[in-house]
Amino acid sequence: MSFFNNAKTVLQQNIREYGMYIALFVIMAIFTITTGGTFISSRNIVNLVNQTGYIAVLAVGMTLVIIIRHIDLSVGFLGGFLGAVAAIAMVQWHFPVYAAIPLTLALGILAGLITAFLVAQMKIPAFVATLAGWLIYRGAILVVTESTGTIVIPDETFNAIGNGFIPDIPGLEAFLPGVHKLTLIIGIIAIILFVISEINSRKKKEAYNFEVLPNDMFIIKLIFMASLVGGITWLLAGYQGLSWTAVVVLVVVIIYHFITTQTVLGRHIYAVGGNPEAAELSGINVKKITYIVFGSMGMLSALSGILFASRLQSATTTAGSLWELDAIAAAFIGGVSPAGGIGKVAGSIIGALVMLSLTSGMNLMGIGISYQYIARGAVLAAAVIFDVTTRNRGK
Amino acid sequence: MNAPLLEMKNITKEFPGVKALDNVSFQVAQGEIHCLVGENGAGKSTLMKVLSGVYPHGSYSGDVLFGGEVQRFNGISDSEKVGIAIIYQELAQFPELTVYENIFLGHEIKTGFLMDWNETIKRATEILKKVKLDVNPALKIKDLGVGKRQLVEIAKALSKDVKLLILDEPTAALNEVDSENLLNLLRDLKHHGVTCILISHKLKEVIQIADTVTVLRDGQTICTLSAQQGQVSEQILIKNMVGREIDNIYPRRERGQTGEVVLEVRNWNAYDPNAGRAVLKDVNFNLRKGEIIGFSGLIGSGRTELALSIFGNPDGYHLNGELYVKGEQKRFGHPRDAIDAGVAYATEDRKGDGLILIQDVKQNITLANLREIAEQGVVDNNAEVKVANEYKTSLNIKTPTVEQKVSNLSGGNQQKVCLGKWLFVKPEVLILDEPTRGIDVGAKYEIYTIMTRLVEQGMSIIMISSELPEVLGMSDRVYVVASGKIAGELPIAEATQEKIMHLATN
Ligand SMILES: Nc1ncnc2c1ncn2[C@@H]1O[C@H](COP(=O)(O)OP(=O)(O)OP(=O)(O)O)[C@@H](O)[C@H]1O
Ligand SMILES: [Mg+2]
Repeated sequence: MSFFNNAKTVLQQNIREYGMYIALFVIMAIFTITTGGTFISSRNIVNLVNQTGYIAVLAVGMTLVIIIRHIDLSVGFLGGFLGAVAAIAMVQWHFPVYAAIPLTLALGILAGLITAFLVAQMKIPAFVATLAGWLIYRGAILVVTESTGTIVIPDETFNAIGNGFIPDIPGLEAFLPGVHKLTLIIGIIAIILFVISEINSRKKKEAYNFEVLPNDMFIIKLIFMASLVGGITWLLAGYQGLSWTAVVVLVVVIIYHFITTQTVLGRHIYAVGGNPEAAELSGINVKKITYIVFGSMGMLSALSGILFASRLQSATTTAGSLWELDAIAAAFIGGVSPAGGIGKVAGSIIGALVMLSLTSGMNLMGIGISYQYIARGAVLAAAVIFDVTTRNRGK
Repeated sequence: MNAPLLEMKNITKEFPGVKALDNVSFQVAQGEIHCLVGENGAGKSTLMKVLSGVYPHGSYSGDVLFGGEVQRFNGISDSEKVGIAIIYQELAQFPELTVYENIFLGHEIKTGFLMDWNETIKRATEILKKVKLDVNPALKIKDLGVGKRQLVEIAKALSKDVKLLILDEPTAALNEVDSENLLNLLRDLKHHGVTCILISHKLKEVIQIADTVTVLRDGQTICTLSAQQGQVSEQILIKNMVGREIDNIYPRRERGQTGEVVLEVRNWNAYDPNAGRAVLKDVNFNLRKGEIIGFSGLIGSGRTELALSIFGNPDGYHLNGELYVKGEQKRFGHPRDAIDAGVAYATEDRKGDGLILIQDVKQNITLANLREIAEQGVVDNNAEVKVANEYKTSLNIKTPTVEQKVSNLSGGNQQKVCLGKWLFVKPEVLILDEPTRGIDVGAKYEIYTIMTRLVEQGMSIIMISSELPEVLGMSDRVYVVASGKIAGELPIAEATQEKIMHLATN
């Protein structure tokens, strides 16, 4: 009895947060059934991640931009353009891949800082400033690919980012054949670290006499998260293991999640979004935060362009179109508030997964692209309606 | 006595973790001015929100009877229909719209589908006359002072043919002259048959104007007092509000016993490039260690501008002159520099630029000094809760937990959170801009006690205040500011209300 009561209060108090996970779960379950299990196959999940890592990365950056009450429409074509720059650097200027990638990321940061200059210093609304960027970078892609058309990238290391998998531990082929051991080990370590850190933080809270989840709920949460990570690990390990794209996305998510939830910088970002005037008077340099957030957005745009070019093993004239809208949609589905100050990196990633699962599932079912757009639009609207109604209900 | 105009019976309203109203009963007779008083968080605003339909029928228990009939309001528009108008604690106006647009917002005068602007302006002019506000109705709201905005808000209520007018702390942000005007207007309206509920923490004005006073404490009705029967006096009110007697609201302190100069401003001029005018002219003043200096003056006299120009100049004035902190010449380019040098400024406008309303109490308290609870840029969340709880206790902030969102606190408790934030910075010079605005007597006393303790520990305080009794009760010296200039400096022994007002207005 008290168990169900506990479950009910915990759910009620966190419905907004858990709602997204439940939605993702439902969508995945539906597609698993309608595709006769193909959707949840290792192969499809791996493909899903690899094809869409570039949107996930953008969604992470976009989350911060929207939190500080701005928007960045230029990220798609900036990414596409910088992907082309990376290709040109390797193909025409003969840069080694280890120089081309940092160069591209640095250019991304520079582009972001230029946007920030317009927004923070010149006080141009971000919508307008980045719309200008959208046009400019779109033109820039055409300029650099004009003479050559699609630029094919021959570099294998570069292309592995979008297509390759992490190597397995050599010499263990006989043990568990067909299973990627390193992936399995990484998954297990992740679970152990997660459980330890949860228990530690609970102990600390108890030491301070703070409120914690009831025991049974805490254990259920641990089991749920552990089996989720475990399940995904098993799926991935059963195919070819973790792809490099997944590694890149994971690293980005972990870093940004840490920054936004645990650091002073993260607090300052939320404060600026919550009330810029109050933040300024509290000694937070709002301009500096704007530079940091747009700079990071630029860098992630570059990363997104690299992931995409690597996936296609080439830079194309059309790269970048509509990426920004997918990223913005993912952020909103993930619970970011357009009024600023509210939103989570983890939420946006779930939002991206929802969007991408929809696309992938409907592709597998053979649904036409026209209906796919309609379905995605409907889900976006539904997600935001859910978000707004649960937010207004007290708390 | 005939049947009351308004009767609220057994009203109970709960928020998660808080019982804001606990079986409250409240009656208002036709044609009276009924004051509602009580500590911060006692439930005054909540009761009025139940009455006006902000909290719709069904979200509370109990009955609301208006004009003898049970009412089930589902929103403000329902209560407006029967003639109830409410003016909120925080004004809800549109600064970019004109006075007449604001007055008729929501019930525009139309011919067919089109706005009838001529009729609107004509009617607005008439109503403005009624509230004795002599301004051009085509002015934008943002160009009016707070006092006048308040009157526009009342004009708006009158334009809707109001029977019961509710004012939630209308005079909190007003100076004495504007408050007096407002009270006179209420008396005037009373003679024209408008019944009025007034919430206020300024007990003097309650005593002046109330026919009846109801006291709330912790969500319960404590008593209802009648002025006619001589039941309304400051002592009785305070005793019922806080549950104990406070004989001397200003703590005893040896005044004028102060140390070396910690902050000094010389020939200080500021020009506001956005407004295109000089806001400060040749200001000179100093502050000593362990001293409280009061900055008195009319609203708009430049006191806040002076504080901001010192505190990192966030509005980007062109500054000229010298600023010394502990003998060293300084010029702060950002509030951060000022904070680092030990100067803190607590704003007068807690919602505008003081608090982050969507964040919780603990995040607001630690915001200006996250370093102290962080190691290498990583925030220690547990230490944060501990710090926040310390201030919750020492400032007596009424909230179920420090994880409560600040927007859910009552006005006065929000003010305490603001104060907590700046105390946590542990400054040497603390500038308090209207520190007791919207704060109940008990809490005022607590804040004065805290200020006294702080100066005894060696902090120096600049108190900007429009409340003369508080300036006189707390300061070691008083500077009077008028039109961006220091109009005079008075040692506390020589300062009187008359002298200050004389300097402030001439
Ligand atoms: N939306 C809300 N959610 C949770 N608690 C609330 C909410 N609104 C008010 N409260 C709580 O209800 C209590 C009564 O608040 P209310 O605003 O009515 O106080 P008040 O008497 O008007 O005080 P003040 O003089 O400070 O304005 C407070 O404890 C407050 O924290
Ligand atoms: Mg109130």
